[in-house]
Amino acid sequence: MSLTNNSLVTLEDLSKEKILQLLENAAKFEACPNRKILDGKIVATLFFEPSTRTRLSFETAANRLGARVIGFSDAATTSSTKGETLKDTIMMVSNYSDLIIMRHYLEGAARYASEISPIPIINAGDGANQHPSQTMLDLYSMQKTQGKLDNLDIYLVGDLKYGRTVHSMLTAMRFFNPTFHFIAPKELAMPDVYKQYCRDNGIKFIEHTEFNKDIIAGADILYMTRVQRERFSNLDEYERVKDAYILHNDMLEGSKPNLRILHPLPRVNEISQDVDENPKAYYFQQAKNGLYVRQALICNALNINVD
Amino acid sequence: MGKTELKVAAIENGTVIDHIPADRVFTVVDILGLQKLDNTITIGFNLKSKKSEKKGLIKISDHYFTDLEIARLACVAPNISISLIRNYEIVDKHTVSLPDQVVDTVKCSNPKCITNHEPMATRFITVDKVAGTLRCAYCNREISVDEIIFK
Ligand SMILES: [Zn+2]
Repeated sequence: MSLTNNSLVTLEDLSKEKILQLLENAAKFEACPNRKILDGKIVATLFFEPSTRTRLSFETAANRLGARVIGFSDAATTSSTKGETLKDTIMMVSNYSDLIIMRHYLEGAARYASEISPIPIINAGDGANQHPSQTMLDLYSMQKTQGKLDNLDIYLVGDLKYGRTVHSMLTAMRFFNPTFHFIAPKELAMPDVYKQYCRDNGIKFIEHTEFNKDIIAGADILYMTRVQRERFSNLDEYERVKDAYILHNDMLEGSKPNLRILHPLPRVNEISQDVDENPKAYYFQQAKNGLYVRQALICNALNINVD
Repeated sequence: MGKTELKVAAIENGTVIDHIPADRVFTVVDILGLQKLDNTITIGFNLKSKKSEKKGLIKISDHYFTDLEIARLACVAPNISISLIRNYEIVDKHTVSLPDQVVDTVKCSNPKCITNHEPMATRFITVDKVAGTLRCAYCNREISVDEIIFK
């Protein structure tokens, strides 16, 4: 069992103070991203499932910190296809590197790796389970655009049933007294277990099935997600609702001046192109914030102070 | 002396399992593999408990169970009581309850859980001791007593 547990498996393991400290460090990296504070360190990125977007962001973060990066990004070339266990792969890579950033198609893979690895693990996504760096960049984007994290009105739109980013946002925001609005078709509504989580943690929420200008007028944050065809058991239902959860620019008339629109990306058609020019659209900057947040996460895992 | 206790006293040596929820009697029979034993076994159904809820009771003569068997029992029928009888006397009686963690006993029902793909121990956190709800420490899947599959 590892004694160095600076691993990041899920945001649920982090205190409010730790979350705020990581966000503060991310802001320092935004002000000055190129810092060679990881000179001589080797970071391994193990992507058992491909995710170019997340891998490039982590690798850029490591490179900007002056670390060297080793790893693989294609399941077909990994030893796991030859029947090697995850444990053996982790033990082998931990001989060469100081930190492992891993993405895996199996749920709980990062937790297990963190238990057996002698070096810290950062979870870059484990199946449908957790993706803490995405949630951290969502938090960073909210704090940056709103000047605070407390008392925000956050509207989550689209697939609230399967969307792991919206679920971990509930967990991470429990410290900050938010009011959530869940806007989703019935088939993709927020699962009961998460609504119960909100009640247990004193998180206010209101549910809607309609998505229109009047519903979103009170939003500070509009968090859009994809409504995917393959999530529906009833395709008639999909045809009926597929266009009902698309954000158009004219729906933003009358919205609050501080409103910002977030999206974990990639987008398909749930935000129409005419929104991109609106100054309230924030999803591209949001993705860029991922870099600074990941720099902060890497330094935290390696116990490196950021000043 | 109540009638139930009289029945308990009726075996000379062995184990009495009491306060089994009425709908779990057969599950308990399965888990302990009672159908494979040659011992005298009495199974009571729909008995009225003190709280006048229906319960089941099983008496097994000349047989005692291992800690592992008892631990498995606790997962599917939390809050049952086990009495050890020697020479018509109850020498030990205790209520089994779910431990805070259930290690390497239960299989995770999520086919995409790492525990179903690696040669590793499973671990569940007990969410609700009374209802018997467990949460996988790896994939976070919650399973209830009705869904439990043993490793
Ligand atoms: Zn599991």
